[in-house]
Amino acid sequence: MTDKNPFAHVPSEPGAHKEDPIIIADHVQRRFGGLTAVDVDHFEVQRHAITALIGPNGAGKSTFFNLLTGFDKPQKGEWLFNGKSMKGVSPAKVARAGKVRTFQLTKALNRMTVIENMRLGAADQRGENIFAAFVPSLWRQREADITERAHDLLHRFKLYEKKDDFAGSLSGGQRKLLEMARALMSEPEMVMLDEPMAGVNPALTESLLDHIVKLKNEGVSVLFVEHDMHMVRRISDWVVVMAEGRIIAEGPPDTVMLNPEVQEAYLGVHHDTDLSEESSS
Amino acid sequence: MGDLLVDVVREAFTPTTAAFALAAVGLNFHFGLTGLLNMGQAGFMLLGMYGFAITVREGGPIWLAVIVALAVSMVFGLILGWPTLKLRGDYLAIVTIAAAEMVRYLGRSQNFNSLTGASTGIRGNEFKGPFEDLSPFPDRMVDVGPFAFHGTRSTSWWLILVAWVIVAIFILIFARLSRSPWGRVLKGIREDEDAVRSLGKDVYSYKMQALVIGGAVGAIAGVIWSLGASVQPDSMGRPTTFWIWTLLLLGGAATIFGPVLGSILFWCALVLIKGLAAMWIPDTVLSQEQLQPFSLLLVGVTLMLLVIFRPQGVLGDKRELAFND
Repeated sequence: MTDKNPFAHVPSEPGAHKEDPIIIADHVQRRFGGLTAVDVDHFEVQRHAITALIGPNGAGKSTFFNLLTGFDKPQKGEWLFNGKSMKGVSPAKVARAGKVRTFQLTKALNRMTVIENMRLGAADQRGENIFAAFVPSLWRQREADITERAHDLLHRFKLYEKKDDFAGSLSGGQRKLLEMARALMSEPEMVMLDEPMAGVNPALTESLLDHIVKLKNEGVSVLFVEHDMHMVRRISDWVVVMAEGRIIAEGPPDTVMLNPEVQEAYLGVHHDTDLSEESSS
Repeated sequence: MGDLLVDVVREAFTPTTAAFALAAVGLNFHFGLTGLLNMGQAGFMLLGMYGFAITVREGGPIWLAVIVALAVSMVFGLILGWPTLKLRGDYLAIVTIAAAEMVRYLGRSQNFNSLTGASTGIRGNEFKGPFEDLSPFPDRMVDVGPFAFHGTRSTSWWLILVAWVIVAIFILIFARLSRSPWGRVLKGIREDEDAVRSLGKDVYSYKMQALVIGGAVGAIAGVIWSLGASVQPDSMGRPTTFWIWTLLLLGGAATIFGPVLGSILFWCALVLIKGLAAMWIPDTVLSQEQLQPFSLLLVGVTLMLLVIFRPQGVLGDKRELAFND
């Protein structure tokens, strides 16, 4: 991370070109029958930065998220990750390419222990091949390395004491933390967080925010979907606003909400109310 | 009473008990590890015994017959899994139960009489010879303590030895695999497919591997079963699949020794209940031929109670089921 603001020369307009984009999407369209859920002309995400994707309910944020991670397929469009086309690439391969996501509804693997959840997140474990699985000497060393990394991450996310507990016994917030820690096991270049704050109590929110900022400082690019405007203002470097499937505005967090189009789309009739109160609804 | 006790203990190690334990080990790959609802394990068993018996009958050596049994069941698994493993779990249950019935109906159809012997099946003396020739035991009844089995033929000491050695081998394989990173991926799939996808694992391929391996283990179980009896398509109908499920849940799904313990408990309980019923219930109330269905019914009730009050099975870990939301 340099001191220079990578967004210094980026215009505040939809589809703005970034200095060093890690994701580039073009003409991505996803229709469900007659409904066009996502219709994005151009979209770029800056590398080594925290980008927030916001918008009112039904704006197509989550659908767009699913498209970018391979969990859904659009009718048309092209999108690149790190210069490589991700069109028609399976979710697993997207993850192996270095772009790992989390889910709005937490997907902790409940009947597995916390440490096993973590180990599963690691990449390049040869023992995951059925034939190699018979020969522990092929994967024992890697398993030890993985476990060490898992311990480090669990310490960092304050879950180390829980490592031998079943993930199902954790609280909702702890599961969110576990999911994020697990996503980091494969040392991804980019993490995509789908509503990381949903259902997390305020005490944990603070530490989650810190974790996300720390990720950026370590050189990981972050794209997240969120409703909570406080969080968006606090940690994001750049905000992209979606409404009715389209990107209607982009800009730095302090100014993007002043855009009249955003206010109209995002706030509708509740024009004058404090956004932070909106977040809880 | 003493005779009944001998019968019960004898049941614990018969080839049938071993065969069902092995079939349950196969199902444990499907359900216990991966969460796949295979409702057609009997179909895999039947295909295995057809593959084995027909190869031997046509003059093939035993090793080839075993390979054919494995190959046929594995191809069956591939064909079943190819369209269904992309769908949600319940579809696999529907397809497997139907496919297993199709195998049985095709096997017993007159059109394939020359191959499968239709509903009569393939009699033991047509395919057991080469296996029994390998027996190191004498060709007569042998008493060991209170237990009497033939040395070599059909349900023999020889088959008991081979069957349990095979069960032991597959339990070792299951233990090795379930505790490996490979097994960890399968358990992850059991919990949440999409989460495992998001971590970069090729879920479809892992589910296919589990289905094919579990089915192949089922095929070997079928071969063992047929060596103690004969190849008879109707003995591999839906009830067989349900018994395998029952004894797997009884012993404890996802555990290593659950299938063996479940099979022993199931078959011994059946003999015990049948024996006690024969002793205490007069003929006028329940005739001799009604005893079998009656004891199955009682076993069913017992198992229902067990699954309600101890859902993790005898050996299972309560925490693994308690968080099932």
